[in-house]
Amino acid sequence: MSELSCQEIVELVTDFIEDAMSAEERRRFEHHLSYCPGCVAYVEQISDTIRATGTLPSEETLAPELRAALVEQFRHWQRSR
Amino acid sequence: MPGTSTRIDETALLAALRAGDETAFATLVDSHGAAMRRVALMFVRSGAVADEVVQEAWLGALRGIDRFEGRAALRTWLIRIVANIARTHAVREARSLPFSALELERETEVGREPTVPAERFQGSDGRYPGGWTSFPEPWPNEPERALLSAETRDLIATTIARLPTGQRLVITLRDVEGCDSIEVCNLLGLSETNQRVLLHRARAKVRAALEEYMTKDTM
Repeated sequence: MSELSCQEIVELVTDFIEDAMSAEERRRFEHHLSYCPGCVAYVEQISDTIRATGTLPSEETLAPELRAALVEQFRHWQRSR
Repeated sequence: MPGTSTRIDETALLAALRAGDETAFATLVDSHGAAMRRVALMFVRSGAVADEVVQEAWLGALRGIDRFEGRAALRTWLIRIVANIARTHAVREARSLPFSALELERETEVGREPTVPAERFQGSDGRYPGGWTSFPEPWPNEPERALLSAETRDLIATTIARLPTGQRLVITLRDVEGCDSIEVCNLLGLSETNQRVLLHRARAKVRAALEEYMTKDTM
């Protein structure tokens, strides 16, 4: 089984993270990471990217008018139960 | 990401909601309402319609609350409801969706260029063909702080906004809203493979934008 190149690794990184690899492919991928600091850095950067992207919406809230309308709707729903 | 403690909180909130507790309802709206509206806006074109969709979705959720079995995360369940209603709205108003499943499938066919520029790797005559010409510059030692700065978040948001439709929708649902891949495939009518192709390209572009930003001060 031939070794994966760095150029191949960067295109497989999502399959690796998403766990969409065969056991054999994963073994080859992990073997490459065991000796390649460049690809370890790349995979870490993709993980950091995912984590940072996940912090985007944390400060957003609904407009007060819509929130009030939803609460009003809730009261109505409750009365009609 | 929903952890164990959120699950426990959710269970208590749901019980309160079923008992008709308005505070529980408001808490849920504050936790998930903005995400639901963002998802609605992916399907309909105007903010006013998105507001209607969100209201209808919450009504649907309240009516269906007894059928919610807690197998999926509450947020996933709410997003599914809002996406389905938003889609129905778009069709009912005889407007085309801002995207179609077919278009998204097509988007995965085109632009199969590498996600990292070829010049960053050695050619066939190099010592290690396909190996890095130089390793990616490690990001600052305190990536958490740098990555979470307002400036970085703006950069990520701008980069995502400029992505082709399919990549933008997939990375938004997956990495911003935290939906799982099966959910995203269902919502967008994508195969798992194509969902992953779009996600792969989108993440690579956001990483590249961050790399440029992170390393510019050290150059």
